[in-house]
This record gives sequence, structure tokens and C-alpha cells, in this order.
Amino acid sequence: MELSDQIAQYLVSGLSTGAIYALIGIGFAIIYNATEIINFAQGELVMLGGMFSLFFLNAMHLPLPAAVLLAVAATTGAGVLFERLTIRPLKSPTPLALVIITIGGSILIRGIAMMVWGKDTHAIPAFSGSEPLSIGAATILPQHLWIFALTAIAIIANKLFFQYSITGKAMRACAANRRAAGLVGIDVKKMVLFSFAISASLGSLAGIIVAPLTMTSYDVGIMLGLKGFCAAIIGGLSGGVGTVLGGLLLGVLESLGAGLVSSGYKDAIAFIILLLILFIRPQGLFSRAQSERV
Amino acid sequence: MKKLLLPITTFLLVSAWAVTCFANATPIKIGALFSVTGPPSFLGEPERNTAKMVVDEINAKGGIKGRKIDLVVYDTQGDATKAVQAANRLIKEDKVVAIIGPSTTGESMAVIPVVEKEGIPLISCAAGSKISDPVKKWVFKTAQNDGLAVTKIYEYLNKKKISKVAILTVSDGFGSSGREQLKANAAAFGIQVVVDDTYGPKDTDMTSQLTKIRGSQAQAIICWGTNPGPAVIAKNVKQLGIKLPLFMSHGVSSKKFIELAGDAAEGIMLPSGRVIVSDVLPASDKQKKSLMAFVKDYQNHYKAEGDHFGGHAWDAVMLLKGAIERGGGDTPAAIRDQLEKTTNFAGIGGIFNYTAADHAGLTKDAFVLVEIKNKDWALVK
Amino acid sequence: MNREILKFLLLVVVILLLPLAIHEGYLLNVLVFVGIHTMLALALNLLLGYAGQISLGQAGFFGLGAYISGILTATHGINPWLAMVIAAVVVTFMAFLVGFPILKLKGHYLAMATLGLGIIIYIVFNEAVDHTGGPSGLSGIPNLSLAGITFDSDLKNYYLIWTMTLISMGLALNLVHSRIGRALRAIHDSEVAARVMGVNARLLKVQIFALSAGLSAIAGSLYAHTLTFVAPASFGFNFSVELVTMVIIGGLASIYGSLLGAALLTMLPELLRAFQDYDIIVYGLLLVVMTMYMPGGLVKGVPRLFNLLRTKLKRSSTANA
Repeated sequence: MELSDQIAQYLVSGLSTGAIYALIGIGFAIIYNATEIINFAQGELVMLGGMFSLFFLNAMHLPLPAAVLLAVAATTGAGVLFERLTIRPLKSPTPLALVIITIGGSILIRGIAMMVWGKDTHAIPAFSGSEPLSIGAATILPQHLWIFALTAIAIIANKLFFQYSITGKAMRACAANRRAAGLVGIDVKKMVLFSFAISASLGSLAGIIVAPLTMTSYDVGIMLGLKGFCAAIIGGLSGGVGTVLGGLLLGVLESLGAGLVSSGYKDAIAFIILLLILFIRPQGLFSRAQSERV
Repeated sequence: MKKLLLPITTFLLVSAWAVTCFANATPIKIGALFSVTGPPSFLGEPERNTAKMVVDEINAKGGIKGRKIDLVVYDTQGDATKAVQAANRLIKEDKVVAIIGPSTTGESMAVIPVVEKEGIPLISCAAGSKISDPVKKWVFKTAQNDGLAVTKIYEYLNKKKISKVAILTVSDGFGSSGREQLKANAAAFGIQVVVDDTYGPKDTDMTSQLTKIRGSQAQAIICWGTNPGPAVIAKNVKQLGIKLPLFMSHGVSSKKFIELAGDAAEGIMLPSGRVIVSDVLPASDKQKKSLMAFVKDYQNHYKAEGDHFGGHAWDAVMLLKGAIERGGGDTPAAIRDQLEKTTNFAGIGGIFNYTAADHAGLTKDAFVLVEIKNKDWALVK
Repeated sequence: MNREILKFLLLVVVILLLPLAIHEGYLLNVLVFVGIHTMLALALNLLLGYAGQISLGQAGFFGLGAYISGILTATHGINPWLAMVIAAVVVTFMAFLVGFPILKLKGHYLAMATLGLGIIIYIVFNEAVDHTGGPSGLSGIPNLSLAGITFDSDLKNYYLIWTMTLISMGLALNLVHSRIGRALRAIHDSEVAARVMGVNARLLKVQIFALSAGLSAIAGSLYAHTLTFVAPASFGFNFSVELVTMVIIGGLASIYGSLLGAALLTMLPELLRAFQDYDIIVYGLLLVVMTMYMPGGLVKGVPRLFNLLRTKLKRSSTANA
């Protein structure tokens, strides 16, 4: 088999994994942009999406579209609850406190999921069959097409929301300067809540559409969250095209690395790239540099 | 004074009687180290369940030589450090006379120096060949050596005249031990490992490694890991349209794998303990009786299928029972000596024969080669 | 200052005499690990509590110390004490080099960078099978020995580990009460202000980072020789989080807090054995609740609670009177 054919497969597989990273990364970016918080529990929201949809499909025997919608709703609820209970009442939101709380929160969510659903891995049926399709010399599954499609829709919807709707603009205002936004009458607390809600829905969507491929269990959130964060850092926390490109780039580099260099060190590749970006260009490849008031 | 004489005498008599009763009925304390939570929980949980079930049954029938078994279980969470700490606790605080477990090779290797030093027999439920090779005085194991599983596959490959294989192993204790065995045994069977790749336990996409394998000269793929990785690999293989025969390890010999892999499981072959095909074994099979009893019991107790891993714990407890019953006392040293004399014990994992030089006790007949047909197991002739 | 010395001496005496009061061999074993964890929590606290730099990758330096010591002694037969020194020097130097680019970052970026570093180190432990034994770990590491005594029992290891831990605590106490300690706290409060006042913030941060790493490496070496076995699973992200939890619960910027946090979190799983499966929930809950309601950790929070109760009682009694 030709090397170029192999590379074609690596690219295609990498893009589909990257799309998931992109979705998760956007979730990080949204919360960050509205609140300057990096939500380490983002990965768990992804996990909840998959687990909830499993619950609604199998335990309650609902049809797929209903299960998906309910799962997104349930996860959004969980995200909102998380913000209400832990972030909002925080008296001194130093970066350290926020990091610790979101890490603690992620451990808590994972623990509860383990208690409720057990430690098993579960399979979810693919949305539309599992016959492979060919794209040139590479093959993908229909589920990958779903991933690309839904990611694209989510990103466009995201962009439209933040660019053109009042709430979106209000959230961007909060990100630029919280106090000023408050002064012009924006309910900052509500915007924070919204950011968590939107993040949770995007994250859960990512978890649901990837679950038929990767199966789901209570601890899928850890690595996915970390990689999603890497994507956000690589592409920049803008929440727009930059973040998406970051995710795709990460997925492709990982895939090429695993195939051409070494499969064992594949995860290390993602983190080495992360470190390099942080050292050389911390604002991400596709963002402008930020300045900090002293 | 006379008034007190009767109550005092009664009290003394009663206490004397109670003490003797107590002395006769002191339970036999056996420790257990299982990774009930943590990444290897798919091993530790059935093992703990099975151990408890068997101990309860033995106690219901009066225990061993009239004494009940007191099973003390600690969850090691798959962490070697916790395993060592728990082992110390079992020996020094709970004062057990024997330990069963741990569930993984890594933890077993960590605990071995402790039991060797303290002189307590250990029956590990982990697969790594290096647990009992070289032989250690106090260490035994019930899980089949992964080396035996490898030879089963290689024998089959020889029959089918396949000589070039690609191996894809998971980067944890089970996978790396399997990888060692796959490479070590290849030459003896005239097999060449043309691709040697790994994947992480939580990885969700192995198409890169499989694409590399597709482009190589491999005539068969051997995947060594435990759920969910192999299920993802099975699906990836189907997606990439790879038509090479796909072999798995005994790490996925449970219905869970078929459930996870779905249609992609069809045609996959793997070596397995007999327990998963207990119902289709011929009546002449020496293990059939124990196997059917175990499967039925586990189903009644836990409403789930008794599997390969729970079987390791079943064997460990029953082997201990046999060793204590055969006489010589219940001190750790006596138990160890009797364990070494175990012959022809028809367990779940196989037929055990321990000797001074062999503390693993099984031959390659402990495995059968099965194929997944129509979402169920079928023996490969 | 004299009070500080007295407090410390009292601690030393208690630690030295403690084994006499314990008859359970197992508790002694746990206390050995408390000692190692205290050293690690101390190292992290210097960085996190005093200098205010978030590090989620301490387990990596701990592991490096353990593996370097383990490999040098088990595979190459080098003298354990020499190996420990080599490990500490190598890790300190490495941290010094990496520290310069990493500590330019702040807040979440620093957290992620240290997290990434820790994970990369963990992956190397797992994958470099030929040197580290891979996921199954490295066994056959010899015990330490000094002047004819081999440290192979819980009691001997207890004294060895705690001597080292108490020495590091003493040195740390000295450090934080010195000019350097004040400079660190200045950096924590406002790095720019500290710089303006002449503190070489950049260099100092890197130095503390390197010191913290070196101390963790020594703890790692001690761990390797006590357990005689090391496996990658003990040095992953989970343990880094556990260390941060110890520091948070015990108290940031408090040497004694490090001890308290380490002791609590090492003994908690033993106490929680009844809740075996659910200790992960208790963990996360502790992190969240402590950060929200007791940011100074128990060292500050308990006395404050005490005072609060006392004033409340006083008020009600005077009201009644």
C-alpha cells in the first residue's frame, strides 16, 4: 500500500478526531471568554453527554433524536448546577482557586457518574449505520460524517450567536471588561450562567456524536477534556475559526505521529505541542496577543 | 460467701466453656487484594464477587474442618503502592494466613517482596508469566500464563501456514506482558513479527496503527488488550476494510467484548479459559462439572455471567481450601507446603498441578481457541 | 522567633517518640508514607503557597527521582546514596532549565504547562520499557543502608524518612522566615510590584521551582528504596492532584499545613475503607468545599472557626447575663 494512501487515511482519521477536539475546545473558549475561567470539568460534561444519551436510549427506550435532545438538556442542566453551586458563591476567585475548584468539580462529577452508572464501558449504536465509506484511498464511517456536519453547524451557530445576537454580544462584552459590562447594564452573573450552559451543550454534543465510535464510560472525560484544552490553546481561545483549526491540527498531528513515528508516544505528542505553543506563542497560533493590565 | 459460690462457679464454668468454644471456632483469616475500582476493575470486581460467593458457600457448609473462613478484602484500585500497603496491613494487622490476588501483574510484582519476607503464601490472580517464573517460594498463581495463550495462537497460525504477524498491544501491564511473550515465543514457532505497535488504554481511534499494518506484509493481526480498546480496534479493522484474520487475547473473553464490538466481532478468534464455552464442552471434559456449577452459582448470586476473571478467584479460594483440608495445619508454612502438593485440581482456569518448580500449575490445555460466530462463542477445532 | 524554634522542637520530639506508642505494625507503615508525602507537600507548598505558582505536575519530579534512583541501583548497581544525589542533581538541573520558559506563564497557562510536563514524563515512564520496565514497573530496588544498618523494616524506614522530612521542614521554615521567603510572598502578591522593588522575580521563581523539583526527587528516591518497587501508575496526574489537595487542605503558605494535609490525605483512605468505591467523591467534595469556604486550609480555618464559635458563645452568654 502506497505511503501516500496511508497518509490520506491518517489525515482523514486525524480530521475526524480533530473535529471532536475542536468542539470541546470551543466549549473551553466560550467559558473563558465570558469569565476568564478555564473549566477543567469540561471533559466531564462531554462524558455526561454520552452517558445520558446511553441512559435515555437503553433504560428509557427513547428514539435516537429524543434521546440526544434530552441528553444535551440534562448535561446543560448539570453544567448550570455546577456553576451555581461552586463557581458563583466563590468569594475570592483567584486563578488558583478556580483551577482547584474546577478540578475538584470534575473529580466529583466523575465519582457520581461512577456511582450511578458503574465502571463499565457501553456501546451506543451509530446514528446511521456502520458501513465504511471511501474517500479516495481512505475510508471513514458514516458516524464521522455526522461528526463533521454537527461540528460545522455548531461552529457556525456559535459564530452567528456571538456576532449578531444581543446576548452573544453581551457575553463578549463581559469577556472584554467585566466591570464595564456591568456598568452598561449587562447582567454579568446571567452571562456567566449562559456561558456555562452553552459550553455544556456543546460539550455534551461532542460526547454524544463520538460515543458510537469510541464507546462511553465514566472516565472518558479526562483525556478528551485535556486534548480539547490543548486544541483551544493551540488555536487560541477565540472560540471561533482559530480554535477549530487548533483542534483539527492537533488531531492530524496526533494521527500522523501515531502512524509514522510511534504509537506509544502519541499522547506525548499532543502535550509536547502544547508546551511548545505555550513557550513560544501562548496566545495560540491563530489569535492576536493579549495584553494584561498591571 | 455461700450466696456467691453458685454464681461464681456458674460464671467460671460458662466462661471456660465459652473459651473452648471460641478456641475451636476461631475463623481462618484469609486476605484478598483486588482492584475493585480503578482501571483494572473489570478484573477485581468479578474476582471479589466470586471470592465472597465461594467463601459464603464454604461457610454455609460448615467451613473448613469446622472453622469458618474470614475473608478480608482490600481494594487496591490497581495501584501498586496501595497493594503493598494493603498487603502489609493484611499481614501485620489482620494477621491473615494466606493472601489471594492481586488482580494485575504490576501489583503482584510489587507485593511479592513483602510476602517473601513475611512468609505468607500468595495466590495471585494475574496473568504475567514473570510472577511465577522464576519460581518464588511463597508465590503461586491461578491465572493462566499469558505465554500459554500466545502458544495457542501461534500453534494455530502454524497450522494455517501464516508466518508474518503484526502485533498491537495496549500500553499497560497486561498488554506489555503479552507483548513480551509474543516476541519471545515467535522464533520457536517460525513466526516473524513485522509490525510491533501499541495503543493507550483509553485511546479511541487506532486507525493510524492499523493503516500502518495494512501497508505492511503482515498476514494476521494479534491484538493484546482488555476492553474497550480491542472493541475499537475490531471496529477500525472493519472500517478500513482489512481482511486479515484478527486474533485477540484472553483479556476480552467475555460477552462484553461482543456487545461492544457489535458486528465487527464476527470471525475474531481468541484463546480463552473454558468457562465461556462451558455449555458446549463435551461431557468427558474434566472441568465441565466445576465450570457449570460456577456459572450457575454466579448467575444466581449476582445476576450476571460468571467469567474468566472471576474464575481466577474461585480457583484461588478452592486451592487454599484443599491445601488446608489436606492436613498439616493452618499455619502459613503448612498451607504453602500443601499448596505445592496440589495435583489434578479441576478448576475454572484449568487443571492445576503445582510442584516445587512450577507454581503456575497449568499447561496450554488450560486454553481453548474460540471463534466469535453469530454473536456467540464457538470452539475452533 | 524563639517560639517558632520551640514549636519545631516539640514536633521533632513527638515524631521521634511516636513509634513507642504504636503497637500496630501497619500504622507505622502508613506513617512512613505520611513522611514521604509531607516532603512532597512541602515542596509543592513552597512553590504554590509561598510563591503562588500553580504546578499540576509535581508527581513527574517525584517519579523522576524514584526511577532514576531505581534504575541506577537496580539495573546498574550504583550505591543508593550516590544514586539519590545524582537523581536530585539531575532533576534540579532539568527543572531549572525547563523553569525558565515555563514560569514566564501565569495562571491557567502555567497550570496547563505543568500538567502537560507531568503527563509527558508519565508517558515516558510507561513507554521506555527497556529502561523502566514499562507499565509493570521496576522491581528489585535495594533498601538503603548506613553504617551497617539496612533500612528494611517499617520502624527503621520510619526514622530514616522522618529524619529527612524533619530536616527539610526545618530548612523550609528557615527559608520562609528569611529574606527569600519575604521575596517569594512579594512575588505572590504582585510580581510587578516585587520587580519594581528590586526582586529578581524571574530568577527567584525558577530557583524555587528547581528546589521544589529537587526535594520531590529526593522524596522519590526514598520512596523507591522503601517500597523496593516503582510503577508508572503512582506518578500520574491523579497523584499531582492529590498533592495539590494536601496543600490546599492543610493550608497554603504553611509548613505545618503541609504536614497536616499530607497526614490527613494519606490516612483518609484508611479511614474511608468502608466507603471504598466512593472515596473519589469525598475527594472531589473536599477540594471544592475547602476552596470555597476555607481557602486558607485547615491550619487557618480551624482556629478561625474556633474563634468564631468562642465569640458567638461569649456573645450569647453576655446577652443572657
